[in-house]
Amino acid sequence: MFKRPHYIALAVVVIFTIILLKLPTRAADNFKRALSGLFLPIFGLDNSVEDLANVASYAVLPRHDLVRQIETLRQTNQILQARAMQADEWRKENERLRSQLGIQRIYPWRMKLARVVARDPANWWRSLKIDLGTRDGISSNAPVLTVHGLVGRVAEAGLTHSQVVLVGDPDCRVSVLIADEKSREQGMIAPSSSSPADDALVDLSYLSRNAKLAAGQTVVTSGQGGVFPAGIVVGHIADFRTIGYGLYKEARVSLAVKMNQLEEVWVMTP
Amino acid sequence: MNSFNTIAILVVAYLVVFFQATFNEFRQVLGVQVDLLPSLVVYAALSSGVITLTLVSVLGGLMLDSLSTNPVGISMLPLFVVGLLMQRSKEFILRDQPYAQLMLGLTASAAVPLLTLLILLNLNVRPLLGWFSLWQWAVMTAAGALMTPVWFACFGWIARSFNYLPVAEGGYRPDREIKRGRQ
Repeated sequence: MFKRPHYIALAVVVIFTIILLKLPTRAADNFKRALSGLFLPIFGLDNSVEDLANVASYAVLPRHDLVRQIETLRQTNQILQARAMQADEWRKENERLRSQLGIQRIYPWRMKLARVVARDPANWWRSLKIDLGTRDGISSNAPVLTVHGLVGRVAEAGLTHSQVVLVGDPDCRVSVLIADEKSREQGMIAPSSSSPADDALVDLSYLSRNAKLAAGQTVVTSGQGGVFPAGIVVGHIADFRTIGYGLYKEARVSLAVKMNQLEEVWVMTP
Repeated sequence: MNSFNTIAILVVAYLVVFFQATFNEFRQVLGVQVDLLPSLVVYAALSSGVITLTLVSVLGGLMLDSLSTNPVGISMLPLFVVGLLMQRSKEFILRDQPYAQLMLGLTASAAVPLLTLLILLNLNVRPLLGWFSLWQWAVMTAAGALMTPVWFACFGWIARSFNYLPVAEGGYRPDREIKRGRQ
């Protein structure tokens, strides 16, 4: 049997829930940020323990392994420097041609490395938390990527931590194009309708029925929409089909980044 | 005793939410993150009063939502309602039996995600749902069920370690006392 305290507690919880769910978005975000601040000490502790474990592992690493790694990295560095020199030449040429044609200049990306500290505990969202915030120059909607491709965008930037929604979350739509000589078809990345819980696949929709698609074609950001700059790799076409009684096509895209294995990401800063 | 138990449950709820946000191995192997708060609420409902249940549901739910994309406040009510229904039948449940604990954990872990989804869908929020969600639900339910007897055992051990044990009754009976002298 319910007693009077049960009814009072139920009323309190129901009213509190309604108040929180009816809060304006800005107030709700601020409240959420304040609550997530409760976890800052334990996140800090977790990072310190991880750093200590890393330091301990460096101490036991054999010296000849380290020397071999340094040699490999030195060689890679030289190759990358040569490529950077060539890219620098292309950039200057590109800027010169753009200024002659009167096209707006493209600025180089400025990025900051962030560590992934937490993931969404609920199974029906795809998001994670990183250890950079507004005090590090991070703002909402900043694109997040790795060397393999696009990860998502910053949804909420707190003072020291930020929430990132991943590609494939309903809250992260990306305007993309197929980077192929034959087809520069544009479309929109949305959560996978056939396997929404599979975080390796997303849907590429709004493709025209005449789009020339093939499995393996690379999909990159188109630069439209104002959030993601053009040219970031999103993934590769896995398969495609005609829908809407032949009116348009839809493809499934295998993401370039393995979202489950992310440990560090790059965040673009303005 | 009660305040110590309440504080212990709240600390464990905080650690459980942190564990769910940072421990990624279940997600990598099974494609699912387990939810241990419902099983903790079962323990709170059967071992404590309504204040502890309310605190665990509200604070646990808020902490979970703060690290999630969930609208803030959405997880409190399902946790509380399930806990309240169990507390209502507290006197009729054999709560010391592991099998009963397992079944209660199973019920709570199955009901809480469903109720949360119901509220989410009523708010016109579109979460990621599909056939795979059934697998996720099954794993969450099973993990919650298995964890419930573990909570009972752990908190029982904590209570035995940190609280004064009740004094056992001796053989002395006041009604058998021999009274000397005149009354």
